[in-house]
Order: sequence, then C-alpha cells, then structure tokens
Amino acid sequence: MSPAAPLALIGRAVLAGLAAVGRVTLFALQALSHLLRPPFYGREFAGALLQIGWLSLPVVGMTAVFTGGALALQIYSGGARFSAEAVVPQIVAIGMVRELGPVLVGLMIAARVTSSIAAEIATMKVTEQIDALVTLSTHPMKYLVAPRLLAALLVVPALVAVGDVIGIAGGYAVATGPLGFNAAGYLKNTLDFLEPLDVLSSLAKGCAFGGIAALMGCYYGMGSGRGAQGVGRATKGSVEAAAILILAANFLLTGVFFSA
Amino acid sequence: MIRIRNLSKSFGANAVLRGVDLDVARGQSLVVIGGSGTGKSVLLKSILGLVPPDAGQITVDGQDTQGRNHEAFLSRFGMLFQGGALFDSLPVWQNVAFRLLRGSLRRPQAEARALALDKLRRVGLGPEVADRLPAELSGGMQKRVGLARAIAADPKVIFFDEPTTGLDPIMAGVINALIREITTEMGATTITITHDMASVRAIADRVAMLHDGRIRWTGPVGDLDSTDDPYVRQFIHGHPHGPIEALR
Repeated sequence: MSPAAPLALIGRAVLAGLAAVGRVTLFALQALSHLLRPPFYGREFAGALLQIGWLSLPVVGMTAVFTGGALALQIYSGGARFSAEAVVPQIVAIGMVRELGPVLVGLMIAARVTSSIAAEIATMKVTEQIDALVTLSTHPMKYLVAPRLLAALLVVPALVAVGDVIGIAGGYAVATGPLGFNAAGYLKNTLDFLEPLDVLSSLAKGCAFGGIAALMGCYYGMGSGRGAQGVGRATKGSVEAAAILILAANFLLTGVFFSA
Repeated sequence: MIRIRNLSKSFGANAVLRGVDLDVARGQSLVVIGGSGTGKSVLLKSILGLVPPDAGQITVDGQDTQGRNHEAFLSRFGMLFQGGALFDSLPVWQNVAFRLLRGSLRRPQAEARALALDKLRRVGLGPEVADRLPAELSGGMQKRVGLARAIAADPKVIFFDEPTTGLDPIMAGVINALIREITTEMGATTITITHDMASVRAIADRVAMLHDGRIRWTGPVGDLDSTDDPYVRQFIHGHPHGPIEALR
C-alpha cells in the first residue's frame, strides 16, 4: 500500500462530503425559490400543516411534559448539594425555553415528520408517481417540496412554543406537587426570569429545525434508490441527517444568540 | 410530427441508447418492441424530458423539445405508466382530473369532476369508483384509471408504457381494444412500448424494434410477420436461439 493511500482516502471522503453539502444546498435554494413563485398549492399546504403541526401535538406534548418534570427533579436533587433547591423554576424555564424545548421538538419532528415525508416521496419516486406529476405539467418541487417546507417553517416554531409551555407546566406540576413549592411563587419566578431573547431564540430555533426536518425528508425522498431497499435507505438517511443537522444548528444558533 | 435523430443516453458505463433515429407521423400509432432492458422506457422518458439525453435531437411539430417551456410542452402529452403511477393519496376522480384541478388547464371543481366521470365512463368504469382510493381497485381497474387520466385533457400525443403488463389475457385484450378505440377516436399520435405481441397487433399502425441501443427494424405492422430480419423473427416468435442473446 502506498504511503499516500490514507491521504487519498481522506481526500476522497472530504470531496464526497463537500459534494453532498453542495447538493443539499442547491436543493434547499431551489426549494426556497419555489416558495416565492406561483403556482401555489393551497390544498397540499393545508395538508402539510395538519400533518406536521396538529398531528404532532400529542408526541410533542408528551415529550415536553415528561422532560419538564424530570428536569425539575434533577435540578432539585442536584441543587440540594449546594443548597440551591430554590432555583428550580428559573432553571426549568431557561432549560426548556432555550434548549430542551426546541431541541426535543426538533428531534421529535425529525423522527415523526422527516421519516414520513422521506418514505412518502421515496415511494412516489419508485412507483413513478413523480414522473407522472411531471407529465401532468406539475413541478415536483412546487407540488411536493414547497408546501411541506413552508408548513414546517411556520408550524414548528408554534410547536416549540407549545412544547416550552407544556415543559414548564410539567416542571411546575412536579415542583408544586412532590417537591412542595408554592404555586404562585413558582409562576412568578418563572415569568420574572425569562427574557424576550429566550423566547425569540426558541422560536428561531424552531423555524430552523422545522426547515431542516422538511428539507431532509424531501431531499432524501427525491433522491431515493429503487425498490423497498431504496425507500428504507432514504428514510433512515433522512432521519439521521435531520437529527445531526438539528443538533449542529442548535449549537450554532445558541452561539449566535447567547455567546456575548 | 415526432422526429428523433441520433438520440444517445448512457447511465455510467452502460450505453442504453446509441443513436436512435425514429419518425412518428401525426395520428400514427407506433409500437416500439424490444427485449427487457433495451432502453424502450428511456426512449419515452427522453422525449418527455424526464431523462435528459446525452446527445441527439428530438423535435415535435418541427420544434426542438430542449429548452422550451416544459409545462406548455408537456400539456400536449398524456402518458399511461406501466404500474399506473396513480397518486395513492387522491381519490380516483381527482387522479383523473389532476390536470384539470391545477395549473393552466384549471377548471371549476364540479366541471373537473364531471369531466373525470365522463373519462372514467369512456374506459368502462362507473361513477361508483370515483371516490375510491387507487389501492382499493384491482390491477385492471387501475390501468383503466391510468388510461382515463392520460386522455383527460385530450392530449395530442399519448405514450403507453407496457400497457398490458401484469394483466390477465382477457383484461389485456380489453385494454388493447380501449387504447385502439380511444386513440382512433381522438386522432392522437401514440407511441406504445411493449413486448406483448398481442398488444402490438391490436394497437400498432407501425412497429419499430429497438435492439442494442438502436432502431433495428421499422415498418408497417402488416410487414412484421413477413420480414426476413432475424432479430425481429426471433423476437416475435419468442425463440430462445438466434442473434439476440438470452441469459439463461
């Protein structure tokens, strides 16, 4: 084996990675451009709003309420080590709104919505339904991608807001129940401590994560290989990519909002 | 009407089309025959722009199909896909009226539904199937719905991709007869790809055989049985031995 072989291997991997980034970026730009140009498909947009938003509420609510409750328990027991049990309302609020609410909702959307979009579009591709759309003078990016992307950009921030509130409510229920906090005092501390920037960052993250989730589902679906194996690979790849990109975007956005 | 010159398409190292030349006159029914994997579907998809050709020229009514307004270009075409390619999430009538519910051909919903029911009736399906989902229909009924969708906007050119694949002989005969009746009645130009010889004899005015990426033989359907071309003779008689290599 040539001594340069490992370098060549690394080089090929880097080039392949950059090519993938380029393809995803072009796909995203193309999808965004279709948001601004007619025709617009209202019925498909309404369906996407229902699928991504309304039907995700139960899983988002359940995730948030248990996370908020567990967070309250952790902070209480951890804070007790240095007599700081009283900070439970503040830390639950900041933890849910700044980090756990957006990230967990984003990951739940990646699991529920990205997989569903990828599987649906990939199945349409392997059964020639996407070719059929084209022959019926309908652009697949406009009909399949744009409505889902727009719906995710609009509705995931709303889901994050709902998740934040339910998560704080979970923490409140645990704190005012088993932990014995005063209810009015807990709410006052929560509301006093949160700042507009916390809420703004939460909603901005929701918007970014929604966009990533929808784009990855559509990108992998449209690029699916043949047969059941192709659909399976597209679905798996979409969820992996969406989850990693959501976590990376969370790191970047946290830096943008709170690094100063 | 459709003129194809030196059309080539490769997928990696696999050269599927290697310089196809083909003409289809207005109102003519051309059937392209050839073994599996010879590029028949790629030929149709290249004409429609679904698969971009590597080289060559395709003109429809004298105008190059490359670089034109693709939506306007495709509004003259209808296509019946091999597997139907019906949209799973839409009821049958919305599949048929898909083009009439959106875009430049958009009509009021009630009118689009009435037209869809009319096309369904034309292919022998009653109004009771209109609100069913495609998955609730048999294979033969799905083909009929696909045919109704292909003719819904009265296209000038219709493509049929393996229209009888997967159907029993009786249903295949029904679909062949429907295709012949409807295309004659509409005066449409059609290209059908198939390896079902019963379809060829029922549908074709003219036949072209695609082999090794090129048009091997072309002529009127009446000349098919009298040709001396060994490739055509082997194909139409289904002989395992001959110039066409069969993997066994």
